Amino acid sequence: MIPFAAVEPRAAVVVRPPGRWPELALTELWAYRELFWFLVWRDVKVRYRQTLLGVTWVALQPLMTMAVFAVVLGRLVGVPTDGIPYPLFAYTGLLPWLFFSSAVSTGALCLVGHSDLITKVYFPRILLPAATVAARLVDFAVGSLGLFALLMIYRVPVTTEFAIIPVALFVELVMAIGVAALFSSLNVRYRDVGFVVPVLLQLGMFVTPVVYRWTLVPPRWRWLIMANPMTGIVETYRSALLGYELPWKPFGVSVVIAVAVLLAALFEIRRSEGALADIV
Amino acid sequence: MNPAVVAEHVGKRHFLGVRVPYRTLRDSIASALRNRAGSRERSDAIWALKDVSFSVAPGEVVGIIGRNGAGKSTLLKILSRITRPTVGEVRLNGSVGSLLEVGSGFHHELTGRENIYLNGAFLGMRARDIAGRFDEIVAFAGVERFIDTPVKHYSSGMYLRLAFSVAAHLDAEILLMDEVLAVGDLTFQRKCLGKMEEIGRSGRTVLFVSHNVNAVSGLCSRTILIKEGTIAADGPSPEVISAYLREEHGPGATREWPSVSEAPGDHIVRLTAVRVRDAKNQIASVMDIRKPVCVEIEFEVLEGGHVLVPNLQFYNQDGTCVFMSAEVDGGWRRRPRPPGRYSAAATIPGNFLAEGTLIVGAGINTMDPLTVHVHERDAVAFQVHDSFAGDTARGDYGGPMPGVVRPALQWETRLTPDGNTATLPPAASFASSIR
Repeated sequence: MIPFAAVEPRAAVVVRPPGRWPELALTELWAYRELFWFLVWRDVKVRYRQTLLGVTWVALQPLMTMAVFAVVLGRLVGVPTDGIPYPLFAYTGLLPWLFFSSAVSTGALCLVGHSDLITKVYFPRILLPAATVAARLVDFAVGSLGLFALLMIYRVPVTTEFAIIPVALFVELVMAIGVAALFSSLNVRYRDVGFVVPVLLQLGMFVTPVVYRWTLVPPRWRWLIMANPMTGIVETYRSALLGYELPWKPFGVSVVIAVAVLLAALFEIRRSEGALADIV
Repeated sequence: MNPAVVAEHVGKRHFLGVRVPYRTLRDSIASALRNRAGSRERSDAIWALKDVSFSVAPGEVVGIIGRNGAGKSTLLKILSRITRPTVGEVRLNGSVGSLLEVGSGFHHELTGRENIYLNGAFLGMRARDIAGRFDEIVAFAGVERFIDTPVKHYSSGMYLRLAFSVAAHLDAEILLMDEVLAVGDLTFQRKCLGKMEEIGRSGRTVLFVSHNVNAVSGLCSRTILIKEGTIAADGPSPEVISAYLREEHGPGATREWPSVSEAPGDHIVRLTAVRVRDAKNQIASVMDIRKPVCVEIEFEVLEGGHVLVPNLQFYNQDGTCVFMSAEVDGGWRRRPRPPGRYSAAATIPGNFLAEGTLIVGAGINTMDPLTVHVHERDAVAFQVHDSFAGDTARGDYGGPMPGVVRPALQWETRLTPDGNTATLPPAASFASSIR
């Protein structure tokens, strides 16, 4: 006889045809929180298990990108930075951007990549893109080591404004999960999305003030760059670290868009959940 | 008491056009424009399930059978929420654990220990519950020594054992299982079956989808037969299974694989046919209990030089193995066989089998080490019919007769007028028959 472990009584589950406005069933998401951590842990473990060199490559990626921009844009073009050394300036923008970009590009492929799971086991599908994105925080942490080194080399003083960085990171995480989930769901139905996402991210890097300041944009076009939700996030990191005035307005736009995108993603994934297994 | 599972008028429609698993954005835009211009014709829709309704009481163990493509897997996918129905509704009262494929969710780079936790999480178990069951899971799978080795280094047998073990220790109140027994070697399959019987007795509600009628009749008291997307029969397992077998195996009681490359087997030998013949050497599916039954197995040896042992297993409708028999023709015993097509026939004497359905499995093995080259579980089936003619084992007994065999025994009865049996010599016919 198998002894029963405690099973929490759960409300009856009703399986119905998918409706126009799906329920978000957030309590169910909460019940699956353990699986979320397991998925994050799995991604991190598999990614870093190979060799120690794996971590080195992760650390090198933003550093090398920074070096290229420092030479081309810092030395040759001379992008104005209000007296901040260009390598430091570029790194503070690249660190949040590269996190977003790698999170979205891997997250967009996760539903198709896990078709074996999707056709065999039920769990809230949003967990896959969410965990894939969250696992990229480890890359971000490794990249932060480079940031600490640069902050020390250039003797940047620690200020109270540093406190906003975790907030900015959280908003960025929410946005990355939302965008990745939307793309991953679209990618199940239209495989072209897999090709479109890298192109969009490539463009995104230049329409976002990663290697230049957003104030460089003429005032009559500021609204346009502010409409890009990554502007507020990248500029908040940089301003908090390097002592620029905090860009509250773009950051406010980022918060609103991040929440909206996440909600849209939750709805979209719930809406397509019942059909994903049929077409993936 | 509330039923554990209720399905009401469940239907699932697939579009044949969408069988192409995905399409490009361009196709979608093009078809959207076409649809605006013309009519929305969708005659290529097929209903994988149509108006399926049933209700399962808590603690009931129900088998769902049907041939491939009948819709039984679609039904299980709807019950386990992997896909949604097109119409209708399913209500599940209690926590649901589904086991649609052994090992889904395993990651090759992770160790056995890590995979137990990950797989458990996918199946809805909590880490503390898994920790409490951990030793039990590992012991059942028999992989103690390799538990901290990445599963990519496991043999396929170890991998399957571990995967089944995690799932078998699920704590869900409602368990949905699909064809889990279709994997592994024979010993492991028996072990799994034993575990599933245990689960069935533990008071949980189990829905077991399979086309293995032996397993279903052994595990489930009730069986639902799905045919072309609808419920064709729903009732006590022996009745439903008998009806299914009659229909499936047909009057021919013969199974043939015309294309050798698609026949069951491996590079050494493939099974090409199994046939049941009656005393007149005709292929037949209903047998007189008094007459011998001949089961013929035909196979093609592709690689010569192996000592092959063709064998047959006979199961009754309860899933009990009545007996097994291996080829004992002196001409081929312990002799490597050259390539070619062989036909081996075994004759079961009359007045031996019990009445009812017999399901025949055919296998071809080599010994030392024991290797199963072919094992076709439900190759053919036939019915044994007992008459009331008076010359069978039944004699004049009118009621149902239990038992897996029904041999016609020799009876000798004497009347002793003085009541003293001790002085009598043993019956002459008995003494001669044991000599």
